[in-house]
Amino acid sequence: MLKPVKILTKNYDTPDSHKLQVYQSSGGYEAARKALGMTRDQVVDEVKKANLRGRGGAGFPMGVKWGFMPKDGDKPSYLVINADEGEPGTFKDRTLMERDPHRIIEGCIIGCYGVGAHTAYIYVRHELHLSKERLWGAIHEARAQGFLGPKPFGVDYPVDVFVHTGAGAYICGEETALLESLEGSRGEPRLRPPFPAQRGAFGCPTTVNNLESIASCPTILEMGGEQFSKLSSLHKFGDGGCRLYGVSGHVNKPGVYEACIGVTLRELIYDLGGGMPEGTNLLGVIPGGSSCPIIRPDDIVDAPDPKSILHEWHGKPQLDVPIGVDTMRNLGTMAGTTCAIVLSDRACPVLAMHNLARFYRHESCGQCTPCREGTGWMLRILDKIVQGKGSIEELDMLHEIASNIMGNTICAFGEGASMPMLGFLRKFRKEIEDYIRTGGSSSTGRLAL
Amino acid sequence: MGSTMSFALNPEREREMEDIFSRYPNKQAACIPLLHLCQEQQRWVNDDVIAFVAEKCDVPTAHVKGVVTFYSLFNQAPVGEHEIWVCQTLSCALRGADKLLHHCEKRLGIHHGETTKDGKITLRVAECLAACGQAPMIMVDKTYHENLSLERVDEILDALVGK
Ligand SMILES: Cc1cc2nc3c(=O)[nH]c(=O)nc-3n(C[C@H](O)[C@H](O)[C@H](O)COP(=O)(O)O)c2cc1C
Ligand code: SF4
Ligand code: FES
Repeated sequence: MLKPVKILTKNYDTPDSHKLQVYQSSGGYEAARKALGMTRDQVVDEVKKANLRGRGGAGFPMGVKWGFMPKDGDKPSYLVINADEGEPGTFKDRTLMERDPHRIIEGCIIGCYGVGAHTAYIYVRHELHLSKERLWGAIHEARAQGFLGPKPFGVDYPVDVFVHTGAGAYICGEETALLESLEGSRGEPRLRPPFPAQRGAFGCPTTVNNLESIASCPTILEMGGEQFSKLSSLHKFGDGGCRLYGVSGHVNKPGVYEACIGVTLRELIYDLGGGMPEGTNLLGVIPGGSSCPIIRPDDIVDAPDPKSILHEWHGKPQLDVPIGVDTMRNLGTMAGTTCAIVLSDRACPVLAMHNLARFYRHESCGQCTPCREGTGWMLRILDKIVQGKGSIEELDMLHEIASNIMGNTICAFGEGASMPMLGFLRKFRKEIEDYIRTGGSSSTGRLAL
Repeated sequence: MGSTMSFALNPEREREMEDIFSRYPNKQAACIPLLHLCQEQQRWVNDDVIAFVAEKCDVPTAHVKGVVTFYSLFNQAPVGEHEIWVCQTLSCALRGADKLLHHCEKRLGIHHGETTKDGKITLRVAECLAACGQAPMIMVDKTYHENLSLERVDEILDALVGK
């Protein structure tokens, strides 16, 4: 159900929305003040009740993650904010940094308190120059007010926030690669365990949260966790609140939109995204960043079992299922970053696969053989197919390579690279085979309209 | 050792460097920000920069080399006065990134990855730059240009080449 709201985006259209004065005049920093007057356990409890599923893609409950952080110990703890935003199709965190940076700083204060940290690093991808500038500006303003520093709001709980940047590597969005990068090394993911809550940044307990997750904290504290969770029509599945949705590709109104959780892909495409360009039909939609398997308009929910969480949508088009972490997982795809990429029937699915295969080939960090070699093989097979020189046997090989990457790598990049390939193969097998048989003349030969 | 190094930051950046070091519990963590700072000054990272950063961060030069080769934004060879990055990932490709790239190549008379003869412009392809809803897009130095038409690209190029 589409329920547009202006909560995270409430200041977006106010002039000078990045300035402290504007943020404060809309109630800004009151939630952080409130949090610092509560106990740490109470804060974590509110966040647990909020049922906020991580907005970075994996959908892990934020409160549960905070609960993993040690209560005592001789090492400092860290909060690290993931603003590497590199997943193709994803462009939501940038709007928060550019248009409401103080919400993030306030979220950092609450987050630091909740996880027992005194320092937060916001890891921003280097290319986002305006974002970095706005964040630093907000940090300086908040410091000058005493909201950051030794005694925020007069409470003896020092908090400092710094911006750290990468240097162009998608893999640094993966949380352990990000920590390596924060420590000044190559962004090569780490083996787990130990998990970041045990040993993260600089060998110390660390929580890594997506930027939108952290930016939601002021609202959670302001409304109360339960109220926040109930904004969502998937509250009953433990998927709470409102979030930012993005839509790009072949729609009339691409952009970032905020709504309560429960939006369906159809609503994202046709209501928020303004529908398909005239004369085109929907070919498929990638729900939440390029790693999520594609959904076709003729895909139907098959959930006859009343115990299935999808049962109430049994027999309906998959496009009409609310986008949630668990609903999408049960459909065999993912909610990811809820930034959808829309393909019309002008776009050739083989070329789309090829575009993504090239991306993943380029971005593999190369540590694991299945990922390093597999992404190369997948691209070479698709290169041949695109050139009209592929064969059906090679298509089966592509399937096998992708399947062999799954579960055999250090980090989830491996799945991220193979799932979209398997998705296209499952959903567009006929179109791909036609392409191979006709040497490409069955294809529109393009991606653009 | 310090006296043999042939790279030095200008005074303003020297102060910035101190500020960078103050943010982290150890020196190594300053490695990437420091490389950016050096690259801002001379547009690419040569062996002198690597030696400089290694000494300041108290890590072996091999470590810094490893970092420089890992990240695509560190230039390991001289580049033009301006860098143009054309995003070619799926959302941009769906809205005409291909055409836009070819247009740039034709106008500048170079392929992507190359620099114009006068040393003014390096043309590159980029992976998703988090502007997918404003596709197609290019980044020129530090500035994003979004929702581009070929006419708009021409204006941007004119302004750059004219300078
Ligand atoms: C290859 C890869 C890239 C990722 N990129 C990002 C990213 O750009 N931003 C992000 O927040 N999370 C990204 N993640 C997810 C992070 O590893 C991590 O789950 C997330 O930052 C945790 O925050 P959350 O629980 O608040 O979502 C990526 C994961 C993988 C495997
Ligand atoms: S799965 Fe790929 S990206 Fe992840 S650690 Fe292995 S090689 Fe690197
Ligand atoms: S695909 Fe070009 S900015 Fe994301």
